Amino acid sequence: MNIHEYQGKDIFRRYGIPVPKGVPLTDPSGAKAAAQKLIDETKNEVVVVKAQIHAGGRGKAGGVKVVKGSEAAQAAANEIFGKTLVTHQTGPSGKKVQRLLVEQGLAIGRELYLAVVLDREKRRLTFMASTEGGMEIEEVAAKTPEKIIRVTVDPAVGMQPYQGRQLAFGLGLSGDAAKELGQVVTALEKIFMQEDCSLLEINPLVVTKDNHIVALDAKLNLEDNASFRHKEWDALRDLSEEKQVEIDAKAAGLTYIQLDGNIGCLVNGAGLAMATMDIIKHYGGEPANFLDVGGGATKEAVTTAFKIILTSPSVKGIFVNIFGGIAQCDTIAAGVIAATKELGLSVPLVVRLEGTNVELGRKLLAESGLKISPAATMGDGAKKIVELVKGA
Amino acid sequence: MAILVNKDTKVLVQGITGAYGGNHTRWCMQYGTQIVAGVTPGKGGQKFEDKVPVFNTVADAVKQTGADTSMIFVPPPFAADAILEAIDSGMRLVVCITEGIPANDMIKVRRVLESQTLTRLIGPNCPGVITPGACKIGIMPGHIHKPGRIGVVSRSGTLTYEAVGQLSALGIGQSSCVGIGGDPVNGTDFIDVLRLFNADPDTDGVIMIGEIGGTAEEQAADYIKREFKKPVCGFIAGTTAPPGKRMGHAGAIISGGKGTAKDKIAALQAAGVKIAPTPSDLGTTLKSML
Repeated sequence: MNIHEYQGKDIFRRYGIPVPKGVPLTDPSGAKAAAQKLIDETKNEVVVVKAQIHAGGRGKAGGVKVVKGSEAAQAAANEIFGKTLVTHQTGPSGKKVQRLLVEQGLAIGRELYLAVVLDREKRRLTFMASTEGGMEIEEVAAKTPEKIIRVTVDPAVGMQPYQGRQLAFGLGLSGDAAKELGQVVTALEKIFMQEDCSLLEINPLVVTKDNHIVALDAKLNLEDNASFRHKEWDALRDLSEEKQVEIDAKAAGLTYIQLDGNIGCLVNGAGLAMATMDIIKHYGGEPANFLDVGGGATKEAVTTAFKIILTSPSVKGIFVNIFGGIAQCDTIAAGVIAATKELGLSVPLVVRLEGTNVELGRKLLAESGLKISPAATMGDGAKKIVELVKGA
Repeated sequence: MAILVNKDTKVLVQGITGAYGGNHTRWCMQYGTQIVAGVTPGKGGQKFEDKVPVFNTVADAVKQTGADTSMIFVPPPFAADAILEAIDSGMRLVVCITEGIPANDMIKVRRVLESQTLTRLIGPNCPGVITPGACKIGIMPGHIHKPGRIGVVSRSGTLTYEAVGQLSALGIGQSSCVGIGGDPVNGTDFIDVLRLFNADPDTDGVIMIGEIGGTAEEQAADYIKREFKKPVCGFIAGTTAPPGKRMGHAGAIISGGKGTAKDKIAALQAAGVKIAPTPSDLGTTLKSML
């Protein structure tokens, strides 16, 4: 799950990480008052108006404005709010700005990069830091990998002070800033573990002209698997940032990801679901989605899955690929028949069933009187649906 | 011979009294697996199916029954604790089926695993391990398997079934099949299982099924190139997966341009692994190598 920058900064504040003073807004009309409040508090006319969307690259897309005075802040807010930002992370359709963050301006000396990630090879948390703040870390890794400093945390003892020093001096910090960076990394490790993050990124982390550390940005991804111990996440979730159909799928216990093609896929198991997309592509078709109905696919789950697949208007055919181990093929067949009837399915449907009770399942499909093309293997099924969709 | 489990493996089940764990335990027993004990805290003294004694702790169960292997069905909030309890009780093998354990919990479990040499963990988020005709520990459908001489190792459950189904249909049996799980932090990797297959005189070749995310396949390719002596047929799921999206499995995600199917396929091919052109050709590709 992703959260907004201002929500991430609230968490930072709780753990003692310095962040700029700021006011989040869901209505742009409050921008002038918010800016004035910040100006009064900081005796600094410079404020920043930032679009709050779940995607990076906001600055380049015109979602961040540095202005002077509260009138200008209001004008910037009016301009950004409601605008659709297209960045490298939003996809071509972009994201509409529905929340803003108004922040105090700072006298910035240097911009750094600091992140905590799970290093999958080491199976441990790793801190990554670089002097190239503001740049995408992937770009730095590709062009100048020597500029990235890595420190790996032993989970038995946690982040150690010497590791904080490795980062601080590696980044060329001194005095207050070096000391503060040590405190920041200790706090970040705590946040990652206690708040159950899957990614923590501050880009940029700035050193102010008077040599203090401030987190100018805050990107926190929360780990979905840990939601059972974080009831507070419900309040952080911004449903308008998620696709409705993906929310519905999740509620039904399905995993669904919409893609650009026209062949809907209904599969049990994540690996088989990916492989089904791959084989459709192999035979010249384009998958419309990833959909895993789960290991124990029930009749209800199959019906819901059909409904979800058909919400995409580009779907011109559906391929059901089930390897019934625990899920019984006759149950799946009954689900397919019920869903086809209930939804009055008009696009071609190819069904490949394998596993427990497969003969019974195939018999049910054959006797249903419905236009369902059976397939003996996954390859056979993929070829059939690609041909049917091309012929339609 | 096979690897990891055989007809003498004595299994205890953590979470035996839950509906899911209970059903699967029953199916394992029907397959012929020796289920000697169950563990559910607070339900010690009960009997499962009127014959398997249930204990409050793994330590008690081990003392009373001599179990050496644990199969875990405990729900995600308590699963890491269950694995640690099994390690502490000196289990030789722990097979954790549970899906949805927080990665941060598994980071700690992994640290404990690395600090000892007695226990091997398979999973979590996996179908389990089977030596066909001898011992089934997990949720895979037993009847699709056939005893034989091909090893299967995979990050995905249903794709493993797909491979096994194709092999059995061609009359090719399996020595052992191991699902290592779809999570980013797991107990046993491709390399570990390949080492076991390499040393197993009853395994003639291997099907290895990977997927996008992480670098486990690249590491396996390195190992295969250096040491593996038997033919390997491979498949990587997710050639068409978009970057940045978690494809069902917690570990199946391309992030920062890393973990793509293309890279993994290239690494495996460079190591002499024959990649099946489609997931429907796993059996025939392997057969062509024998």
